[in-house]
Amino acid sequence: MVAAAQDRPDVAERRARAWAAAASVVDPEIPVLTIADLGVLREVRIDDHGRAEAVITPTYNGCPAMNAISLDIELALERAGFRQPKITTVLAPAWTTDWMTQEGKAKLLAYGIAPPQARASRRALFGEVAVTCPRCGCEETERLAEFGSTACKALYRCTACREPFDHFKCI
Amino acid sequence: MTIAPTFDYCLRLADDALVLGHRLSEWCGHAPTLEEDIALANLALDYVGQARALYAYATEVENDGRTEDDLAYLREEREYRNLLLCELPKGDFATTIVRQFLFAAFMLPFWEKLTRSKDATLAAIAAKAEKEVAYHLRHAAEWLVRLGDGTEESRARAQDALDELWPYTGEMFEMDEAERALVDAGIAADRRSVRPVWGATLDAVLAEATLARPRDGWMQTGGRRGVHSEHLGHVLAELQYLQRAYPNATW
Repeated sequence: MVAAAQDRPDVAERRARAWAAAASVVDPEIPVLTIADLGVLREVRIDDHGRAEAVITPTYNGCPAMNAISLDIELALERAGFRQPKITTVLAPAWTTDWMTQEGKAKLLAYGIAPPQARASRRALFGEVAVTCPRCGCEETERLAEFGSTACKALYRCTACREPFDHFKCI
Repeated sequence: MTIAPTFDYCLRLADDALVLGHRLSEWCGHAPTLEEDIALANLALDYVGQARALYAYATEVENDGRTEDDLAYLREEREYRNLLLCELPKGDFATTIVRQFLFAAFMLPFWEKLTRSKDATLAAIAAKAEKEVAYHLRHAAEWLVRLGDGTEESRARAQDALDELWPYTGEMFEMDEAERALVDAGIAADRRSVRPVWGATLDAVLAEATLARPRDGWMQTGGRRGVHSEHLGHVLAELQYLQRAYPNATW
């Protein structure tokens, strides 16, 4: 019955509109990325009363941006005409950098942040991965710090152009 | 049926994370380098995040109107269930790194096992925490090698810290009857089964760091029963100050 309601054309239209509104919210720390690019926005549902519910997942357990993101989604949905929207946080399946869209990775690169590699690889102890400099494209880079300006980034430097840059870590 | 044990189990894991997260946060503005200051603050954030997820689930299990804030801010010292290892003072940088290493080397295989819990929420929290702690372990292990295989002083401090903290490692593997019952029910992870992986990680990293693994002897215990060192009270005095001074304050 619920599925049938979701499939009605008017509900589908409302859902598409709610999705577009929620998906327009950007990450407060990396404002070139929307939460849809990041893969943080999992789903948008419309209940029997026409109310919208956005389902989101945190990148990291302690990510302080989640509160800001929830508030921004509420605002975006209300502006799009959805009253009293609901925001639900889910943990499973756990977010990994594989949830980030290709478009999101391209936006990161253009913004000067080295995107995560194609597949989230968890390195064993002392393993190394090659990170390409987002400015000059050189592959000779060195890690300056495991942790960067936010929980999801590490600090690198290019040995060719000498520019320090952020790398979006693979998890 | 398993409400009380599951609630208590969540508290143990959450209290470990919150208290250790608080200890790490004490480095903010005091770490040896700016990069490390940021790294330790990031680690603290991960632990506080894990604690929040676990407290939130504990209140859901308890279903008694208490909130995650109530659990963090309004419990007394004797009601805290964390490992003694997590509450010890941050000490010098070597002490902090050795503690992070000993704890992360345990928690990585522990969370990995807990991802297969029959309790879907615990499994989901474990799946997230496992990814974070894999990063923590690498960070601590790389520092430990740098300190151990470093200068005379850094090596001496790292070895001292290892010897000092060693008697607190036994508690990580302790399980009381309630926890064993949860293991049998497929909800909790068997702590003893983590020991071989933990030992292998230690041997590999300590060899690289040219540090000696201390001999097992008498081990400290009590945290899980609420019998703490004198240090936890001081942690809570700071952690809970605001809620004690201004009850129900929010912002």
